[in-house]
Amino acid sequence: MGSSGYILRFTLIMTVITALVLAGMFYVTEPYALRSEAVFNKRAILSAVRSQLGGDKFDELSDQQVLDIFEKQVEQLVVNMQGEVVDGEKAENISLAQEKKKPESNRLLPVFIYNSPDDSKKYYILSIRGNGLWDEIWGNIALESDLNTVAGASFDHKGETPGLGAEIKDNPGFPAAFINKKMYNDKGEFVSIVVRKGGARDPQHEVDAITGSTITSNGVSEMISRGITYYKPYLDKLKKS
Amino acid sequence: MAENTVISAPKEKEEWFGKKERKLLTDPFNDNNPITVQILGVCSALAVTTQVYPSVVMAIAVTFVTAFSNLATSAVRSYIPKEVRMIAQLVIIALLVTIVELFLKAFNYAIWKQLSVFIGLIITNCIVMGRLEAFAMANKPWRSFLDGIGNGLGYGAVLILVSVVREITGKGSLFAGSPIEWKIIGNTSAYMINTTAEGSWFGWYANNNLMVLPTSALLLIGIIIWIQRSYNKKLVDIS
Repeated sequence: MGSSGYILRFTLIMTVITALVLAGMFYVTEPYALRSEAVFNKRAILSAVRSQLGGDKFDELSDQQVLDIFEKQVEQLVVNMQGEVVDGEKAENISLAQEKKKPESNRLLPVFIYNSPDDSKKYYILSIRGNGLWDEIWGNIALESDLNTVAGASFDHKGETPGLGAEIKDNPGFPAAFINKKMYNDKGEFVSIVVRKGGARDPQHEVDAITGSTITSNGVSEMISRGITYYKPYLDKLKKS
Repeated sequence: MAENTVISAPKEKEEWFGKKERKLLTDPFNDNNPITVQILGVCSALAVTTQVYPSVVMAIAVTFVTAFSNLATSAVRSYIPKEVRMIAQLVIIALLVTIVELFLKAFNYAIWKQLSVFIGLIITNCIVMGRLEAFAMANKPWRSFLDGIGNGLGYGAVLILVSVVREITGKGSLFAGSPIEWKIIGNTSAYMINTTAEGSWFGWYANNNLMVLPTSALLLIGIIIWIQRSYNKKLVDIS
């Protein structure tokens, strides 16, 4: 015991056993993990139209219900930066984190169209991504069929301060404040929506910032204005048709 | 080293759950608490205790890892060559932590996202490695297993104590994110005590934002250590 041969044999056997156990474990859990991840992402996207899905009851939807709603009532399409629909791509497979690494003109953008069963209206859910104070923030903005009025929003973040910047996700009042805000002014010019420190002044285009999180709030403003600008060619084409 | 300790261990009466075994489970709650006495695993205690639910999950995860890594290490302790002792322990810990991580990712994705890097960091949690070195390498599997459970739960107890205080004062809720969420005090009608309600006695109340920052956990752990040592005098001169 203690000879080089023994140590080598011991290490080898230990490594092989560990590798086999982990490989087996991964093989067994992977389908569940993929499903959980899909449900998590789809829940975040649908959360932008939560007012259409029972408001407060939205959080009680089961995983299966989320998948069913997504399957039956959501159309997916992918557009490029010129506003053309790209065939053969699925919106749920587009990761904005990956797209951000490409040059701007080559990026692809996901569009989710939620068809409301109650009033057969269409809601356009657009995905946006930007930077907060510590790390990335992202979200989904749902536009009504006039492509101007916001029907809802959802935000998430990687590492904003709990109680301050993290309130963009934790405080349901923050995304709710975006409802009925407008992306364009009366003349049809794009003005976006600004998160205003010290309280919103413009009832159409501003929401209240979160106290103590100026940089995260500015990050949200910046993310919305930039993100929706990317979608503008597509939105313009939709309006014309 | 490992083989010597096994041979020289004194013969004693074998008991499944005698006084000594019970002591292994209860000691980590007071006289030998991993966080407040051994001052191990403080990093994760600061990071995950903003809310109770992730703390509970973390406590269960750490207990699982300490218990089974103690058991596994103790079972193979006489076969581990002393030259690669630490590496062998680390492989066992890493194996168990990865199992926990895969399991959480598959069956509780939201909490996996929330705990993110801290699950992986259980590997470097000094409590686990400390118990393997100090206990499992010199004791029989069943005792080591109990010692692991005791230390995991002792760690978890402090975690949950700190997180209860932090979540109530910092967020006004308990078990947020879990199926049994309680909203205790806040500024909407969803909370039990609605501070904005007409004629409410709690109109002055606001959540304490300090409590959601890691600093507050350090203060709370300090206070727990202070209280514990003021009544348990035998701890005063240790460490």
